[in-house]
Amino acid sequence: MADIAAQPFQAAEQDGPVLAADGRPLKASLARALRRQRLRAFMLVAPLLFFILITFAAPIADMLFRSVENQIVPDTLPRTVLALQTWNPDSGELPSEAVFEAMVADLKDAREAKTHTRVGQRLNYESPGISSLFRKSGRGVRRIEEGPYKEALIDVDDGWAEIDTWRTIAQFSGNYTDGYFLAALDMERTPEGEVTILPDEDRIYLFLFGRTFVLSIMITLSTLLLGYPVAYLLATLPLRTSNLLMILVLLPFWTSLLVRTSSWIVLLQQQGVINDFLVTLGLIADDNRLQLIFNQTGTVVAMTHILLPFMILPLFSVMKTIPPSYMRAAKSMGANDWTAFWRVYFPNTLPGIGAGAILVFILSIGYYITPELVGGTSGTFISNRIAYHISSSLNWGLAAALGVILLGSVLLLYWIYDRIVGIDNVKLG
Amino acid sequence: MVDTANAGKPFVRFESVQKSYDGEILVVKNLNLDIAEGEFLTMLGPSGSGKTTCLMMLAGFETATHGQIYLGDQPINNVPPHKRGIGMVFQNYALFPHMTVSENLAFPLEVRKMSKAEIESRVQRALDMVELGAFGSRMPAQLSGGQQQRVAVARALVFDPKLVLMDEPLGALDKQLREQMQYEIKHIHENLGVTVVYVTHDQSEALTMSDRIAVFNDGVIQQLSTPDDLYERPENSFVAQFIGENNKLQGTIKGRENGNCVVELVNGKSVEALAVNVGESSDRTTLSIRPERVEINPPAGKVPNIIGGKIEELIYLGDHIRTRMSVPGNDEFIVKVPNTAGHTLLNEGETAEVGWATEDCRALDPIDVA
Repeated sequence: MADIAAQPFQAAEQDGPVLAADGRPLKASLARALRRQRLRAFMLVAPLLFFILITFAAPIADMLFRSVENQIVPDTLPRTVLALQTWNPDSGELPSEAVFEAMVADLKDAREAKTHTRVGQRLNYESPGISSLFRKSGRGVRRIEEGPYKEALIDVDDGWAEIDTWRTIAQFSGNYTDGYFLAALDMERTPEGEVTILPDEDRIYLFLFGRTFVLSIMITLSTLLLGYPVAYLLATLPLRTSNLLMILVLLPFWTSLLVRTSSWIVLLQQQGVINDFLVTLGLIADDNRLQLIFNQTGTVVAMTHILLPFMILPLFSVMKTIPPSYMRAAKSMGANDWTAFWRVYFPNTLPGIGAGAILVFILSIGYYITPELVGGTSGTFISNRIAYHISSSLNWGLAAALGVILLGSVLLLYWIYDRIVGIDNVKLG
Repeated sequence: MVDTANAGKPFVRFESVQKSYDGEILVVKNLNLDIAEGEFLTMLGPSGSGKTTCLMMLAGFETATHGQIYLGDQPINNVPPHKRGIGMVFQNYALFPHMTVSENLAFPLEVRKMSKAEIESRVQRALDMVELGAFGSRMPAQLSGGQQQRVAVARALVFDPKLVLMDEPLGALDKQLREQMQYEIKHIHENLGVTVVYVTHDQSEALTMSDRIAVFNDGVIQQLSTPDDLYERPENSFVAQFIGENNKLQGTIKGRENGNCVVELVNGKSVEALAVNVGESSDRTTLSIRPERVEINPPAGKVPNIIGGKIEELIYLGDHIRTRMSVPGNDEFIVKVPNTAGHTLLNEGETAEVGWATEDCRALDPIDVA
């Protein structure tokens, strides 16, 4: 009996991989045994996985790709792009006759395909005015039958006589471009090819990113300040009372976002409830009503209200796990209420604060509807600008670049947070 | 151990304390209790008997609805918990999970604004006391249950409180560790001379550790005495039943003389018992006899009280044989037959006589048999 019992240990002491009874490595054997199980688990999630890939991940990837894509220029002007390769933009001279000939041929084809306005629009993002140049030339190029093409084209529009026009085309003739990203960061490439930051008065996006971050931090802080005591009450009150309170916390979840935002308009506008009340009390003059909405105040107030549950729930779920005996122990050891709270209770709620703050911050940094409705001009976020480029200006490349930067900065923050606090310490519920 | 009878002025004093949570039911009915300095007093009782409420009132986490609690000479009803200077050990240790063991122990000293050096030496001394000297830098979660418990004890003692409260501190440990910790806590108490008020529902724990035990039931102290008194001289049926194993027999009093009484059992047979807590003739009573004081088939003339019964079940337990018998009025009558050389061999189903000495049978207040 002793021999039999000793055998497995002997096997384990052998050099090399542990073998199963049939002589194959134990690891392979184990993987084989678990394969069926894994396959089954995969089959269970496969429908959702494919659905998400097709309807969510793929469109987003495609959209983000547009931030660097520049196919339209080489596609529409293939001959010109080729011919321009021999031209030195720094020479200070216009391109050769061959380039003009190629451009005329390209424009004729583009005119046929009705794509010349689109390429004009694309280049217009980089150098304002090119759009109309292309539109006009598209009409005029039909009359050009033979060379010299240089004079003929300049005759159609003297924009072709400017070296900058050709520099812009040469610069953005590649399949990929960094132009959208530069624009998204308020930078541009000079015709000489250097990256420069725009003058102060022309900067939009850096300022908007900054405002989005600052307001999101303000919203996160105010949800924390308002949510912490509520979460504490939820976690410590007797069950019946705390259930009622929980319903009150969740009630906003069940109400339409638009209704909640609109109700803030009713409350905060100049002829609204709060201003009326303050005037009635005599605290402010009737002709000097406070501007509480359609500015940053409105955005912060409304979004704090809307995002409050996302702070309260993670806090609550963490606080619920803190036994009341911690506070009692601290007090029995001589700590007063504040010391007991600050040194014992509060540190134990940090995972909840982290989770709530991350959740609220990430949600608010990309929030769209509420700032759009109550933000006016001074309280809008970067997301509103992205929406503008998607649906009004149709500059999808820039919208995609802005989106990539927004996504990237959220991921960066998330990474920093993980390094400092540790994602394992976050409890979302 | 401290001689409680001669301890003079009480250190802790409950004076007609009442407590109600909802204004309808009194959880603690009318508590008068004196605890001497250096005493190890255990509050023992089933859950809901009011023992933990009493402890919480003493610690300051509950306020008495009526009455006054004194610590030393000071009435402390209006003193907040953190100014009472009472150490406390909780059921689930309540070690702060975000602090190391040393930081946990340093906490009460830091809030007292002691110097760094003083804190360090005291923490090390406290850790050495519970034999965890090398564990100061660990986090509580890295310790076993027994080690966490020791840290909790050390933390309650590190600031030299005069009084330490323990609220079922060993409840979460397994049996073997619990017994070991009982001795450790008892020895720490003996070495430090600190006053301990200990709450438990485990009677063997109470018997092991305490100088005195207050048995709680229904918001009232049923009996307050030393462990041996409590076991051997219970004053009422609840205590007899709650402490140790007990055989009860229902009966009616027929007569009393010299502190004894004659009790007629349900089958009409009369036995003699100590009249401890009984009324007059024709009142009902419950007799209490410890299983180890009963003899099966006693030699003629050895004991005055003998009744007949039937052996229902024999359980071999090594040092003794646990014998369940049915006797008139009780078919859960337990007798412990010592496994001595040449003890009588018994068989299930046999009839046998059981007998006991009059002083081992206590006539107590009647309880209703379900």
